[in-house]
Amino acid sequence: MPVPADRHFYLDPARCIGCNACVQACSECDTHKGVSMIQLDFVDRARSTQTVPVVCMHCDQPTCAEVCPADAIKRTEDGVVQTARKARCIACNNCVLACPFGVPKMHDEANLMMKCDMCYDRTSRGLKPMCASVCPSQALFFGTREEIEALRPASRPVDGFRFGAQVITTRVRMLVPKSFAEPLLAVTAPLESAAAVEALDPLLANLYQESES
Amino acid sequence: MADPIPASRRERRTPLDPLPDDPFGPHPAWSAGVRLDTGVEPDRIVDTHCCFCGQQCGIRLKVKDEQVVGFEPRYDFPFNRGMLCPKGIKRYLQGAHPDRLLSALERDEAAPGGFRPIAYDRAIERAAAEIRRIQEAHGRDAMAVLSGASLTTEKAYLMGKFAHMALATSNIDYNGRLCMVSAGAGNTKAFGIDRAANPWSDILGAELIWISGANVAECAPITTDYVWQAREHGAKVIVVDPRLTPIARTCDLFLPIRPGTDVALFNGVLHLMIEHGWIDREFVERSTVGFDDVARHVAEWTPARTARTTGIAEPAIRQAAEWWGTAKTSFLMHARGIEHSSHGVANVLGAINLVLASGRIGREFCGYATITGQGNGQGGREHGQKCDQLPGGRKLADPEARAYVAGVWGMAPEDLPQPGVDAYEIFRRIERGEIKGLLSICFNPLVSLPDSDFVRAMLGRLDFYVAIDFFLNETARHADLVLPGSLHEEDEGTVTTAEGRVIKINQAIECPGEARQDWRIVQDLARALGRERGFTFAGPREIFEELRVASKGGVADYSGISWEKVERQQGVFWPCASDDHPGTPRLFEPGSWNVVAKGAGPYYFPDGKARFNVAAYAPPTEVPDAEYPLILTSGRLIGQFLSGTQTRRIGPLLDMDPEPFIELHPNLAEHLGIGDGTWATAETRRGRLTLRARVVATIRPDTIFVPYHWPGQRSVNRLTIAAQDPISKIPEFKACAVRLRPATAEESCAAAEVSTPSRRPSLPMAGG
Repeated sequence: MPVPADRHFYLDPARCIGCNACVQACSECDTHKGVSMIQLDFVDRARSTQTVPVVCMHCDQPTCAEVCPADAIKRTEDGVVQTARKARCIACNNCVLACPFGVPKMHDEANLMMKCDMCYDRTSRGLKPMCASVCPSQALFFGTREEIEALRPASRPVDGFRFGAQVITTRVRMLVPKSFAEPLLAVTAPLESAAAVEALDPLLANLYQESES
Repeated sequence: MADPIPASRRERRTPLDPLPDDPFGPHPAWSAGVRLDTGVEPDRIVDTHCCFCGQQCGIRLKVKDEQVVGFEPRYDFPFNRGMLCPKGIKRYLQGAHPDRLLSALERDEAAPGGFRPIAYDRAIERAAAEIRRIQEAHGRDAMAVLSGASLTTEKAYLMGKFAHMALATSNIDYNGRLCMVSAGAGNTKAFGIDRAANPWSDILGAELIWISGANVAECAPITTDYVWQAREHGAKVIVVDPRLTPIARTCDLFLPIRPGTDVALFNGVLHLMIEHGWIDREFVERSTVGFDDVARHVAEWTPARTARTTGIAEPAIRQAAEWWGTAKTSFLMHARGIEHSSHGVANVLGAINLVLASGRIGREFCGYATITGQGNGQGGREHGQKCDQLPGGRKLADPEARAYVAGVWGMAPEDLPQPGVDAYEIFRRIERGEIKGLLSICFNPLVSLPDSDFVRAMLGRLDFYVAIDFFLNETARHADLVLPGSLHEEDEGTVTTAEGRVIKINQAIECPGEARQDWRIVQDLARALGRERGFTFAGPREIFEELRVASKGGVADYSGISWEKVERQQGVFWPCASDDHPGTPRLFEPGSWNVVAKGAGPYYFPDGKARFNVAAYAPPTEVPDAEYPLILTSGRLIGQFLSGTQTRRIGPLLDMDPEPFIELHPNLAEHLGIGDGTWATAETRRGRLTLRARVVATIRPDTIFVPYHWPGQRSVNRLTIAAQDPISKIPEFKACAVRLRPATAEESCAAAEVSTPSRRPSLPMAGG
């Protein structure tokens, strides 16, 4: 059974609390027990507690599949990019290097690329993925467009991303503030801009200074 | 002058940290065998709840071959709807664990780990004989009981009854003394009842959320979704904390408070509310008493003084007061950050004064709650395992309560002991030679109490110590006898969540080996003592049925709650005094009836009105000085729980933070010459601790933070101060004076020796 067309995966990094529930739940998945397909990283722990969970974005034209010399990576009709087929994968690492989101990982002992398949064993049976089920802050959400619109009136889903000259559209949607009007998220733009953004330090800004008295 | 150490214990050598080959661990466990196999069809799936924090998320446990092998999200439980934090997800790894106690143990210096197995029946006989001997020689109060709030309510009730009736000792207290008591005392003084005033669903429509001293994202993770769901619909969020925790990262106003000064902030905000006319005068007049005294008291809390005391910039304080003062709906919550203080009750009362002055309580989206920390932190503090308590939230010193409960238990009221002392005072009484024997369950004071070198010394002074546990926790290592108890998934019963919702824990598997359910062990002890009358329950359901009767007519009235109703309604909020009553999700609704006011008003006082209480500021017991110029604060991490007896044994959780650390601000780090990841040494008047530094801009530059889940050389509680709140007796974990410096080469080597970096074994498909 395919993943229902009206069910989507929404990702809202602003909500992520870095708790690792997604990572731990992913490793309980019945198709890859003991190994998580999600990476969770601090952006810059020295300055902030901001964390970002990385799940497969399930691209409409997956770069990983396009660069695979063995044709091991398939995108099923329902838009889910599957993990590499063991019989075909030659562990060449092309996909690992090519994915702009940094999702596929080579599992050396198995000689196999493995990645998030949106919990195909669950989502194809009408269940939510493990990570989006457990996520305590609902930074990861799985449901219909109507549900997300009701739950997140201040947010807008984006499914287009620009990496330099490459534009990618995905089945997974990123939630951005409604005030952000651009149709695409320019992911690599900050790397190209010379000016670093100096954000206000919310801790020091509200600290009492002796000079106040 | 204290008694000399008994000869039988003189030769004992319990090392600060176990040796690497210690058979009792802690060994971190990872999935293996059937737990790692794919395509395993579980024999059954059991709907139950998480064994850790006070939110008590619903979870489904998968059982295969009488072993819990994994979990499924429990989408139908309304509080968490499938959500779980990593502790709940991996909790199943505590079962079938290499460190699990499968038999009773007896102290034997020559045996590996210091204990040898003995037959359960012999252990019970010996424990009873020692208890009898101590009580005959030194009086009934010479035997003390330390219990815990991770036990089901049935077990907590049974522990209170066992201490007060079978042992007839005054000296029982519990680990909620380190957790819930400041909030409990404050709530009782202001409202006459100790329970969260609102269900969490009232967070969702509030337009202002105030969070003081609560690391919500790490200690009550599911509550994050409630807060941020409110924000999606326009709520502003104010967070008050010395650390910019994950819940603070995207808040609308962050107040970086100096640890231990919370009541000054509350008083300063109330001062501004009065100045600007942001008081609900009609509510204050109709539903409260005591406002004028409080108003007079906060007159001196000008914004300038508040800023100086709290370390928060004055404009931020003014902004918070304006938002709080002018909101239409709100939810204020706090946790241990304000409660773990020698002025914890005053801090709580200061918070409640803000709520009462706003008039925003007892209505939809107008709420107030402490975020209960332990799994049964609520139910475990209601039914008689607190040192001054009887079931139903009754007072042991109250003659009417004594007569009622003695009647239920079939004993003479005068045979009930008088109120005892708090958990820390129990150790001081050991020092004075007044307490000679100890029974502990669900409490690991050697890791969780402050100034723990004192606690360690006192364990060595005991004549006899028997511990009930499923792992050999650090305190139990000092025991003479250890009785093998039950894991959460091996028993059934009820607990009461942070919301005040009574829910049902269901048994998934049987106890392994000689281990058995804790209530059986306690009843076996009563029988061996020849005091079995009142301890012949066939199971937790029978205990609950007696608890219903014992709590009837009390403030915490469970008499209308049945296990069936709990299952049918997905929980029942107490008070619930009759079979046809659905329970009370929201307290203090206008026109509501309660057992104390009897219709006079919604609050639990004879006149039905809530109390304003003057909440005077005083600095923490120990403030920084030239010698110890910084503030030490402690707290929890997302992957660990309390003293870590369970979570330090779960590999995937330990992997998240294998070690405790000293968190400090880059400005301080630069000043002291401490680099990120290098060894640093913190010293207080109690002790010294060397850990790796974590240099982050998310903590006040005058404060350092250390998580408390680790024992021995890595235990921050060897540094904390044993100062206590005069009313609640909660210890001051959140502020003491400390100095910090780079560690010496010798200290670094010693620290590295006990450090346990992740020892995750290689998996069949390791990588990533």
